[in-house]
Amino acid sequence: MTTPISRGFHGRRSDGDQAARVPPGNYLTRDFPVLSAGPTPHNPLESWTFDIRGEVAEPRTWTWEQFIALPSERVTVDIHCVTKWSKLDTSWIGVSLDTLLDGVSSSAGYILAFSDGGYSTNIPLDDVRDGKAWIVYEYEDKPLAPEHGGPARLLVPHLYFWKSAKWVRGIELRQEDAPGFWEGYGYHNYGDPWKEQRYTDD
Amino acid sequence: MERTAIHRRLTWQYASVVDVVAETARTKTIVLHPGDWDGHLAGQHVDVRLTAEDGYQAQRSYSIASAPEDEHLVLTVEKLNDGEVSPYLTDELRAGDQLELRGPIGGYFVWKESLGGPLLLVGGGSGVVPLRAMLRHRRASGSGVPARLLYSARTRDDLIYRQELGGFDAAITLTREQPEGWTGHSGRVGRKLLADVAWPPAERPLVYVCGPTGFVEAVADALLALGHDPARIRTERFGPT
Ligand SMILES: Cc1cc2nc3c(=O)[nH]c(=O)nc-3n(C[C@H](O)[C@H](O)[C@H](O)COP(=O)(O)OP(=O)(O)OC[C@H]3O[C@@H](n4cnc5c(N)ncnc54)[C@H](O)[C@@H]3O)c2cc1C
Repeated sequence: MTTPISRGFHGRRSDGDQAARVPPGNYLTRDFPVLSAGPTPHNPLESWTFDIRGEVAEPRTWTWEQFIALPSERVTVDIHCVTKWSKLDTSWIGVSLDTLLDGVSSSAGYILAFSDGGYSTNIPLDDVRDGKAWIVYEYEDKPLAPEHGGPARLLVPHLYFWKSAKWVRGIELRQEDAPGFWEGYGYHNYGDPWKEQRYTDD
Repeated sequence: MERTAIHRRLTWQYASVVDVVAETARTKTIVLHPGDWDGHLAGQHVDVRLTAEDGYQAQRSYSIASAPEDEHLVLTVEKLNDGEVSPYLTDELRAGDQLELRGPIGGYFVWKESLGGPLLLVGGGSGVVPLRAMLRHRRASGSGVPARLLYSARTRDDLIYRQELGGFDAAITLTREQPEGWTGHSGRVGRKLLADVAWPPAERPLVYVCGPTGFVEAVADALLALGHDPARIRTERFGPT
């Protein structure tokens, strides 16, 4: 099928340098749009914990105090949402999944991240290791705002942003892959923005 | 939680523009005839793709405004003055044009009879679009589930589907004006208005909130403060942040 031309449409191109950093079908935004399936959870930090559970010899749990005492990193990355916006050079502070998974022995191939509010998302374990994923609690040097996932969210910048679960409370290591929340509603199981893996079978 | 997965591959297709109708000064309703449409659920959206002569493309998502039972696929688009896609859809597109789209997309912010109710729909600005699809679907399917819309707009002239809303159980609030003879509500949607308009938490209404981020955030927070079950509140946010 030849692509139809939208009569009279000219569009707004991004600047050359930046355009190369925006995946196909996405556009640059300066806003920080908010998307979520339900209300923003507001739970006290005193009851917050982060768990590693599932296929692990020894499950781990951190309280908020223990968590923010872990070695943290500043991460500056581009992020890409399946609803078409991309944002360049976003800056976060948080704990690398490598730190959290250090010494964890497991035969699992996948993780399911789970959150307050019942949200979940699945990712191959290899995609959150070796400097590819963090649990972040600061955005642009301020505590992460509740509507953006505060107190803490997963950050997996090389996948569409729905994989970067807000209000994250832990990860479950799994032998077998199982779809998370949006993946069960027709969104792509893996979600590579550069391959435009938006919906099932893309 | 019920799941409606899309198992079909979503391919891009042409839809012909049957009509473009002015809804308000800033919104147009676009009536489409897709070549191939398997139907949708009320609350789902489509992706629209525009292509310039040199091949440059832009994509955006738009909620489906029509009920599954309606003859045509309908979108309602609000123009953002410095936006890339919406000014084209509202000012340039006309009957006879082709529009490229794919869908339906999304399975969570949807309503169908089996999900029950009572159904409380809370919309701000163009956030009323998917809620209108739900109300039309409820009526067309003869559902007996009680449904009520709470709709917030800036001014009376900004009300989308103004004539049609009279046929639904709709409470309307205006945030920027109170015109002469206005008998609806005034001011932003908060705890007070929700307590007046919504079923109490004990009746476990199923709530859909759609609108700009600040609106959805405030409404959902107020619903939680009133004691509504977060698992019964579904949200969709769009429009400028
Ligand atoms: C699921 C879903 C359903 C939706 N349903 C509807 C619907 O039913 N009706 C509807 O009207 N909309 C809907 N939307 C919103 C729609 O997808 C678009 O976001 C909207 O039409 C604006 O697109 P635009 O291209 O006109 O504006 P954009 O070009 O995306 O601009 C948006 C804002 O960002 C600013 N901006 C963007 N880029 C720049 C830049 N480079 N420099 C400066 N400022 C910039 C603009 O000033 C503008 O205010 C929906 C969105 C989603 C996710």
